[in-house]
Amino acid sequence: MTAQLGRLLILASLLVATAGVVTGFANNLRWTRRFAYAFSALMAMATLVMEHALLTHDFSVGYVAQVGSRAVPMWVTIVSLWSSLEGSILFWGFVLAIYIAAATWLTRDQAQSMPYAIATWLACGSFFSFLIAGPANPFGSVSPVPLDGPGPNPLLQNHILMVAHPPLLYLGYVGMAIPFGFATAALLRGKLEAPLLGATRKSLMLSWIFLTLAIMLGGWWAYEVLGWGGYWAWDPVENASLLPWLTATAALHSVVMMERRGVLKGWTVTLIQASFLLTILGTFMTRSGVFNSVHSFTQSAIGPTILVFLAAVLIGSVTLLALRIDKLGNDGAIEGAVSREGTFLLNNLLLVLFTFTVLIGTVFPLVVEAVNGRQMSVGRPYFDAMVVPLGVALLFLLGVGPALPWGRVSHEQIKRALLPPLVGGAALVVIGLIAGVRNPWAVVTLLFGGYALQVMFASLLRGAAFTREAGRRRTGAQLIHVGVAVVMIAIGVSSTMRTQSEVVLTPGQSATIGKYKLTFTGTEMRDEPHRVSQVARLEVMKGAKKVALLEPRMNQYDAMREPIGSPDVYSTLGGDLYVSISSLESDRAALLLITTPLVSWIWGGVVLMAFGGLVALIPTRKPATVEVAVTEPRLRLMTP
Amino acid sequence: MTFVMKTRRFAFIAIAVAAVAFAVIAGSGINNNLVYYWTPTDLQAAGNKAYGATIRLGGMVAPGSIHRIGTTSVEFDVKDATSIVHVKSSGVPPQMFREQIGVVVEGTMTRGGSFESSRLMVSHNNKYQAPKAGHPVEKKQMEQYIREAQ
Repeated sequence: MTAQLGRLLILASLLVATAGVVTGFANNLRWTRRFAYAFSALMAMATLVMEHALLTHDFSVGYVAQVGSRAVPMWVTIVSLWSSLEGSILFWGFVLAIYIAAATWLTRDQAQSMPYAIATWLACGSFFSFLIAGPANPFGSVSPVPLDGPGPNPLLQNHILMVAHPPLLYLGYVGMAIPFGFATAALLRGKLEAPLLGATRKSLMLSWIFLTLAIMLGGWWAYEVLGWGGYWAWDPVENASLLPWLTATAALHSVVMMERRGVLKGWTVTLIQASFLLTILGTFMTRSGVFNSVHSFTQSAIGPTILVFLAAVLIGSVTLLALRIDKLGNDGAIEGAVSREGTFLLNNLLLVLFTFTVLIGTVFPLVVEAVNGRQMSVGRPYFDAMVVPLGVALLFLLGVGPALPWGRVSHEQIKRALLPPLVGGAALVVIGLIAGVRNPWAVVTLLFGGYALQVMFASLLRGAAFTREAGRRRTGAQLIHVGVAVVMIAIGVSSTMRTQSEVVLTPGQSATIGKYKLTFTGTEMRDEPHRVSQVARLEVMKGAKKVALLEPRMNQYDAMREPIGSPDVYSTLGGDLYVSISSLESDRAALLLITTPLVSWIWGGVVLMAFGGLVALIPTRKPATVEVAVTEPRLRLMTP
Repeated sequence: MTFVMKTRRFAFIAIAVAAVAFAVIAGSGINNNLVYYWTPTDLQAAGNKAYGATIRLGGMVAPGSIHRIGTTSVEFDVKDATSIVHVKSSGVPPQMFREQIGVVVEGTMTRGGSFESSRLMVSHNNKYQAPKAGHPVEKKQMEQYIREAQ
């Protein structure tokens, strides 16, 4: 019964979305809006039906039989919705539905481009309805009805971050559809200006915030769960989330150029299209199983279906861009290479190179395997060697760009703007050298990072008119940039100054790493409904003071033959002590001990980035149309 | 030709040169950092090409071949249907490491005839079933297994 109801709702949403696409491109705004709301309601109801089935353990529904279990805690049951393939695609559709309803509502006083924008969103919606109705149907009927199910993949049950990471990632990923819709509408109408411009920027910023947090939580999850003590491995799944973030970041910068100078309109639209395409590519890479084997991904229809959608969006976007880009036109010009504008252009160039670097490294093994069947991966050294210089160059621009004035500048102005922050850079380098930083890249990161921080703090202290949208956007951008500088410094230092050792201890024995002494006091068994854990107890001493009790563990889940290790971390502002188990018997523990400086600054810096984004998004009481149409002289007043 | 057109042409050429340079750097970067996914048979078939390359070798731990060296090192043989490779692995082996289990080791082949590895992985794969005694590991399954090892 439940299964049929869910399926019916999905089929209805497919019908409604398709109708909305037709009315939208026929320029009938009223009906397009109605279809948009109807689509959102139907998709949301279908998701609720599934969530209800999960919570009531209705194993007659295919997806529930696949991932449900009576033994797991309630929070695991709720998040089971996105723990496996079919459910996560339904969740994709749900998030899209929320976005479409919200965006349609927030743009209710806009008329001109909206039918095209909503139609584009609904085209995306109808694709996902189709996917859920057919190839990735979670509402299959199971007969006979099983009494219990296996529960979701234990690796995903192993940490509470599983509650937050996927929804944020989906909010970031799916949200890119909204600016993409606006960009498509702009191309179709041949105009990109207020208020469409403001709506594009805000929706882009919103998904950027979610994506930023999601990438960080993904790294954090890997750090807390996987047990090798790192937060980033250039794994295809991680790269899939980073790629659209890079192009969206570039687009957020080129939007500023577009508003201030009237240039880069076509370029900005291209970046927005690329961001959306990369989210679809990412969905394809992570949802189709293509990385298990190029040749086996066709075993399910999901992969090929997403691939066809990707190809269609790509061809459509490129065609539209080629036909209409000249219509957008550029009203202004850029003067002088050494200026704020020049650094914006360089920033975009570097971010695009960054994107290509990661994209090539991620896709290369797939291409090779498709061509000659040889299996391989691109090793981490490639990414590190390519990306570190790009990251450092971006950090350089992060300091120099905001220090430079807009427009044509004299040598005197350049000197006056660029010399003072060297103090901040030098100070951080000295602190770093005293603390033991020796890696040249890390030292350069400290120099540029300190430089950027001084520039940012100086302009934050000067303050901005917070009552005006421009002032809030400026403050938000400065906060984001402080966050970026902090994150990059923390990555530079933590990745070059990690120490690790492997030890084997019997109860009562101790090991020393850095300034910590760890004593293994024994093991303990813990019984929980969904797992049995064997815990190693370790007392951590710093000097004569006991600072922590660490309990890394091996978790044995019913559904799995082998236990999963779960590391434990003692975090301080200065750095982390990380302990993970290689193997554990009652009288003998083989442990991996790692110390990494500044790790918590990465998480903190990213949270600051997201907060800065929110500050930039705070709405004005006046209608947005007035604010977006800010003219040059008014902004000049705020540039000292 | 106007000044604007000249500037445009210059910018176009500069971007093209930069793109080619970037492609060359990225291409060689990838080429030097490939990690090959091989079974013992693949490894032996590669002959001299195997030396120096980073390889993820997947296979089954041969019965009776495990020798622990001190507390944090282990030597064993990895085999598939037709070939055997001797592996020297540094680092404490994971909990589940034992005979007759599928493993993936990452490292390089040395001229001394043994495979030196710094990473030994036993995959957390629900679907993976240890092959029944006497049955060789299927190549397809092994490849899947190499990919999923963490």
